[in-house]
Amino acid sequence: MARWFAMCLLLAMLPQTVSADEANVQGFDNLAEEQRYRELISELRCPKCQNQNIADSNAPISKDMRDAVYLMMQDGASDDAIVGALVDRFGEFVRYNPEVDRRTFLLWATPAITVGIGLLVVGGIVIRSRRRGEQGASLTSEEQARVSRLLAGEDRNSHS
Amino acid sequence: MKRLFLFLPVILVIVLGVVLFAGIGKDPNRLESALIGKPVPAFNLSDLADAERQLDGEVFRGEVSLLNVWGTWCPACRDEHDDLLWLAEDKGVRIIGLNYKDNREDALVWLERLGDPYAVTLYDPRGTLGFDLGVYGAPETYVIDPEGIVRHRHVGVVNEKVWKEDLEPLVTRYREGA
Amino acid sequence: MYPELGQFALILALLLAVLLSVVPLAGSVTGRDNLQAFARPLSAGLFVFVAIAFAILTYAFLIDDFSVAYVANNSNSMLPWYYKFSAVWGGHEGSLLLWILMLAGWTLAVAVFSRRLPSVMIAQVLAVMGMITVGFLLFTILTSNPFDRMLPNVPADGNDLNPLLQDFGLIVHPPMLYMGYVGFSVAFAFAIAALINGKLDAAWARWSRPWTTVAWAFLSLGIALGSWWAYYELGWGGWWFWDPVENASLLPWLSGTALMHSLAVTEKRGVFKSWTVLLAIVTFSLSLLGTFLVRSGVLTSVHAFASDPERGTFLLALLAITIVSSLMLYAVRAPVVHVRSRYGSMSREIFLLLNNVLLVAATLLVLIGTLYPLVLDYLDMGRLSIGEPFFNLTFSPLAVATGLLMGAGVFSRWKKTDGGWLGRKLLWPLAVSLLVTTVLMVVYGGFKPWAFMGCFAAVWVSVATLWDLWDKSASRKGRLYGLKRQSRSYYGMVLGHLGMAITMAGATVVSNYGIERDVRMSPGDTAMVGDYQVEFIEIGDRQGRNFSAQYGTFVVSMDGDAVSILHPEKRQYLVQRSVMTEAGIDAGLFRDVFVAVGERISDDAWAIRLQYKPLVRWLWLGSIFMAAGGFLAIADRRYRVRDKATEKRAATTPEPRGDAAEALS
Repeated sequence: MARWFAMCLLLAMLPQTVSADEANVQGFDNLAEEQRYRELISELRCPKCQNQNIADSNAPISKDMRDAVYLMMQDGASDDAIVGALVDRFGEFVRYNPEVDRRTFLLWATPAITVGIGLLVVGGIVIRSRRRGEQGASLTSEEQARVSRLLAGEDRNSHS
Repeated sequence: MKRLFLFLPVILVIVLGVVLFAGIGKDPNRLESALIGKPVPAFNLSDLADAERQLDGEVFRGEVSLLNVWGTWCPACRDEHDDLLWLAEDKGVRIIGLNYKDNREDALVWLERLGDPYAVTLYDPRGTLGFDLGVYGAPETYVIDPEGIVRHRHVGVVNEKVWKEDLEPLVTRYREGA
Repeated sequence: MYPELGQFALILALLLAVLLSVVPLAGSVTGRDNLQAFARPLSAGLFVFVAIAFAILTYAFLIDDFSVAYVANNSNSMLPWYYKFSAVWGGHEGSLLLWILMLAGWTLAVAVFSRRLPSVMIAQVLAVMGMITVGFLLFTILTSNPFDRMLPNVPADGNDLNPLLQDFGLIVHPPMLYMGYVGFSVAFAFAIAALINGKLDAAWARWSRPWTTVAWAFLSLGIALGSWWAYYELGWGGWWFWDPVENASLLPWLSGTALMHSLAVTEKRGVFKSWTVLLAIVTFSLSLLGTFLVRSGVLTSVHAFASDPERGTFLLALLAITIVSSLMLYAVRAPVVHVRSRYGSMSREIFLLLNNVLLVAATLLVLIGTLYPLVLDYLDMGRLSIGEPFFNLTFSPLAVATGLLMGAGVFSRWKKTDGGWLGRKLLWPLAVSLLVTTVLMVVYGGFKPWAFMGCFAAVWVSVATLWDLWDKSASRKGRLYGLKRQSRSYYGMVLGHLGMAITMAGATVVSNYGIERDVRMSPGDTAMVGDYQVEFIEIGDRQGRNFSAQYGTFVVSMDGDAVSILHPEKRQYLVQRSVMTEAGIDAGLFRDVFVAVGERISDDAWAIRLQYKPLVRWLWLGSIFMAAGGFLAIADRRYRVRDKATEKRAATTPEPRGDAAEALS
């Protein structure tokens, strides 16, 4: 994500060309395209390797995939189209950024759900604590007894 | 009631344990082909034995076949070669070769020397069909039904065990279907 | 003959471990002190025999005894002696033995340093440690014996150590990491002991705290070393790939961080006990899960050991027994009656609770991101990959939020903090942080939303922490006196939080403002990366002790002035026939320039990877601060001075002590 922003920014700010005496491996003539290429190949997984992206992998298949990405970029394909073409051939497995769909909904929702539940619990604790503050210590005598046992560290098994 | 909540972690852990147990011994590198149930991608390649002859998807029509991806640069392909010969000759399986990222002369010498199990071999020096099929390492073997639809992919060497367990049931099924 | 002695030592260690897990526990149940008293000598004996086994394996490596299969598979006579030494933990069997050595070491440490504890408690804690040791010793002896021999066909030479591991980072990374992983077993053992005898009180939290902190400090260092090693050794200049194995080490770190903080609340205020004890169990369980993931082969990773289903099944059984039984114990015994304390919505308790919420959310998201592909595969719903994009998108907001809370939290007070007062207190730090962050954005050349938030969180944490130190050290007797008056555990917290801020700043800046390029270069060519010009001078051959290399020479310059000369290499290791990329790195506090040689494109042209990495060192520097903070915190006087009165009070009353003492938490 952070890199994605980096890319947008580069697209906006640096339409700078690569100087004539140097060439990137694929022969891009502008830095924005080179960055876009890097972005794409770093989010695609090499199907043969042990968990490496095709940018870092030296496997022959990764080179083929990099070349395919480059050729599709030259044909003016969009990022989605490029990733889509590779997914059609090699399966969902090759994208490190799984799409949000029925299968991955739980995956994407977990962080939000956890934080949500956590905040509810903390909120509950605060509210209950405040209510107690207003009512004073309004425990039943049984509870009082149990609390004092607990405070004395003698509460060996506190089933409730 | 509140205590019941305390059992939640145990339950989660047991579920997780079942999933992890199922994962043991499975090869995490095994990858299902994305083309299962889809036709073989369109191609136009020359016949390995005859540079003038152009072949396309029609070669798969009418009979169930195995599509075997190989190259002379691939040591594992050498390992499975005798088994392929056995399949073609004794079992009467139609095997189509896909000579992948190789050169014609080497490939022809190889077939001359070791025997030719292939009904026909597609010559794909630049690996275009291989790429469209999602080949990520030779050897790979696909089961293609008489309609030209991909039914199964096996990555790695084909031997008697793989044939009995994975390929034969499918080949028989689509043979009968035809 | 002597390797069999090593195996014999392991078997004796197993016997002692069995005794350790039975005898003191029996003593604690029957109340017989003489049985409980066995705990300490048994722990010492256990350590001695494991150490003997470890020493024998090391000896086998140093004298190149290739009749030992593990030595033959992981070493070679050409290997320099220090790699022969580190090769002891270069493979599955030996690293497992190291794991056990650490476990025995921690057990011994508990036995030695916990003389003040009630003998029932210490007997039970050591017994639990003994049970864990039994499990792992059984695992080693039955499935992964490092002393197996290749007789009578002794190979002439060994298979060599994996070239990736022939490196300084790999000498130190696993021991540090395991110290952390295994160290959480102490907090776990304390938690189990407390659940067994129902004494889940402030004293328990107080005893667990230093052990947790020191394990956490080791784990922080271990993770950082691993990241540093990956950065320069894997050849792609990445420092975190969200690989399952990396995640496996991050999981106990995240929940361990939560545990450290929640132990603070439990110790100071006697609340959230059930939660803290659950975290202690979960943290060690995650350590075990990491061990399982690395060694069972269920996940694909660049770092995993060669897998073996038998070992995987054994380990999973071990995990299941440990985790399920401890969580069952928890479910049955954990107290559900809360001490009815009162806390305001801005109190330190609530801040720490929120910190726990975020850390637990982060733990869960890393856990689910790591295991989701396995679950989908199990349900036959296809195979997919979860990598950097997912984790960056979900983890970054949590990290930023944690940072924002940390900054505000240092000012908060136990029990009750006045909201208006806190708001006024935060105003100046807030303004300063905004200003500093804005300056940073300008310096690094451009506003980016995530970069801004990450940097702001980091600056905010540092400013607030230092501000608080300034406030607290105000004294009529002078600033120096005020600074001296603060406790070591307070300075530990300051260092820890500053370390976190440094790491956050590094991570944010390097991932937002770093530049990576793959260029095609021939000798004589130049290329730009950021403001740096890199000139490819030449590439030649070089012969190493056990490898041959193509040895490049590059000159890095800026505005025409040479900055450094780099020599990236491509090494061919002779025995394993593998190729390794050694990057050339010009390291600096504020930026690295990184050059790596890739594939040869034509006769004289090479693919060269160039990277400009601003603040990348801060990632690891921060962890040194964090670890230093951890070590400083446990050196606090209150853990050393015998202070029975306080201890008794802590054990019986959850009520806070005087305000001055609390501020120093």
